[in-house]
Amino acid sequence: MIESLALILASSLRLATPLMFAGLGEYMAEKAGMINISIEGMMLAGAFSAILGATVTGSPVLGLVFGILAGVMIAFVHATFSYRLTVNTYVVGLTLNLLVLGLTSFLLDTLDLADSQLSKFEIPFLSDLPLVGQAVFNQRWPAYLLWILIPTVWFVMYRTRWGLDMRAIGENPAAVDATGINVLKRQRQGLLLAGAFSGLGGAYLSVAEVGLFNQNMTAARGYVVIAAVIFGGWTIKGTIAGCLLFGAADAMRLALPALGFTLNAQLLIASPYILALVALVVFARRSRAPAAYGRPFVRGLT
Amino acid sequence: MPARWVGVMSTIGLYALSIAVALGLAGVLVSLTGASPLDAVQAIFQGSLSDASALGLTLDKAAPLLIVAVGTCVATSAGLFSIGQEGQVVIGATVGATVAIYLHGPGPLVLIVTLFGAALGGAAWAAVAALLFYWRGVPVVISTLLLIYIAYQVVFYAVTQPWFLMETGRNVAAPQSDQIRPDAWLPRIGEYPGLNFSLMVVIAVVLAIGTKVVLDRTTWGFRLRMLGLNRNAARRAGVSAVLLGSGALMISGAFAGLAGGALLTGGNHRLQPGISENVGWDGLLVALVARNNPVVAIPVAFFFGVLRAGGGFLASTGVPRYIVDVVTAILVLAVVFPPAYQYLRREARARRLARSLAKAGGSA
Repeated sequence: MIESLALILASSLRLATPLMFAGLGEYMAEKAGMINISIEGMMLAGAFSAILGATVTGSPVLGLVFGILAGVMIAFVHATFSYRLTVNTYVVGLTLNLLVLGLTSFLLDTLDLADSQLSKFEIPFLSDLPLVGQAVFNQRWPAYLLWILIPTVWFVMYRTRWGLDMRAIGENPAAVDATGINVLKRQRQGLLLAGAFSGLGGAYLSVAEVGLFNQNMTAARGYVVIAAVIFGGWTIKGTIAGCLLFGAADAMRLALPALGFTLNAQLLIASPYILALVALVVFARRSRAPAAYGRPFVRGLT
Repeated sequence: MPARWVGVMSTIGLYALSIAVALGLAGVLVSLTGASPLDAVQAIFQGSLSDASALGLTLDKAAPLLIVAVGTCVATSAGLFSIGQEGQVVIGATVGATVAIYLHGPGPLVLIVTLFGAALGGAAWAAVAALLFYWRGVPVVISTLLLIYIAYQVVFYAVTQPWFLMETGRNVAAPQSDQIRPDAWLPRIGEYPGLNFSLMVVIAVVLAIGTKVVLDRTTWGFRLRMLGLNRNAARRAGVSAVLLGSGALMISGAFAGLAGGALLTGGNHRLQPGISENVGWDGLLVALVARNNPVVAIPVAFFFGVLRAGGGFLASTGVPRYIVDVVTAILVLAVVFPPAYQYLRREARARRLARSLAKAGGSA
């Protein structure tokens, strides 16, 4: 029992890690009032480019860098269309997702991609801990970046001028604009950062966790990440908890039949989305959402 | 040349340029595979327009897209941006399949009830989003998006449960429902092997024109557009945002559900998890490209139908059919770019003018 528990724990964490990377980026974007639909495309592009980069350069580490750059590239296109020009952000995000899905599927059929995987890094002693040791302290090494990135994101959002600007934009963009800060520019920057994090998440999925790229590899995980941020009530803690929960739901789906439990698989797959909807119903009126959540900023009278 | 013409010409030029860039990018991608872009275009033409049966296929592919797009136009006119059409299509198909399989009676009656059921199913799925929006303020974009992925699981659940819709003589590898009765299939117009297409094509076009008339020429349509253009003004004028808005969302859902019913009774004839074939997503794109004008959506949907029908033919040239999705997406971006660019330029010009005026005022 303990053994299978440890296994489920390990696989939950493994499945949650890409979500957590992307979740940090989505958290920053949502704090600035943006619902970044194109996160799915960013992750998928990251996953594909990581394997592509690893194939071209022969190094999975450089693949990771390729993945991040791909995420930033998608973010750049989205930011240019929606936050420099004024095309509806959902239109652009959605189109980009379809574009990336088509493009990666197309290129996967066209190019020869090699398998490539980053190594595991076992932290001595800690990995011998019962139950959690193997799960937490014996992972593909980029997973440990989270230990640095989570506090960094907190610091940036809550202890820097830039973070304050971002959070203020999420609450009242007109007021921020009136103080002379370029709202759209900040939102573009936030989107680029979200792209970098999501690209990293996607790259982790392909080049660290699985070691190859499949057609539609992220399979709507990006939307799960959006759900996780909402479920987490727009806090970093909550976002991470949401990602872990949804990772666990994913792990359960794989593990339960093997353990002899019969829980409906469809219910488990749908659970992140259902939970997110429930969370929205509970939270949406509790003013925990940024006040200008999902509303585009247009200078002028409101 | 009068100034007005310069403006029109530059608009046309901008559209032409950005569409040319989009097609150029697509051409580069096709060259990557070693095939010639011209061959690819020819393959798409052959699969979609070259003869009567290909044209029929194109029309069949375009009809559900058009229905979804027309529904989207209704919701967008009310200022509600729903992106959940894909889920509503799937739920529509599921409800339709349930009706078609369990309802006994004369074939045409079953068909009509099936289509009605499908529309109701889609409307009900959209009603969830409307309820969450007006009751708890949940953004429509997010709720409809999440509901898509719940809908996918609902249909999968339906076709894997023996008591519900699972195929008798089970086949676990590819779950699907039983075939619906042939006398409840959508009738086809025209003759085989000449031009023939599903009745849904006619229904789609009638719906598009009818919706355009309703939106432009009726009080209800006027109120709807008023709500979309200015919520506050609409409220002052006594328009109920809740009733009208949720009505528009549900109508949009009903159209999407009907498209699902059309896919079921006119195409697959049985419920499969992948029955929607992204019709919901592409229908949404059709509405976007048509700038929420149901009549403009007719040629746009036809064009998307050409791409879809031709895409199947592409494989023979060694170009993966995914190129069609890429071209579709790039074209959408190419079409939304020019107006946004012109808006930005107008803004910049106005700002420059204001600045120079301010400077002139300061020196005087």
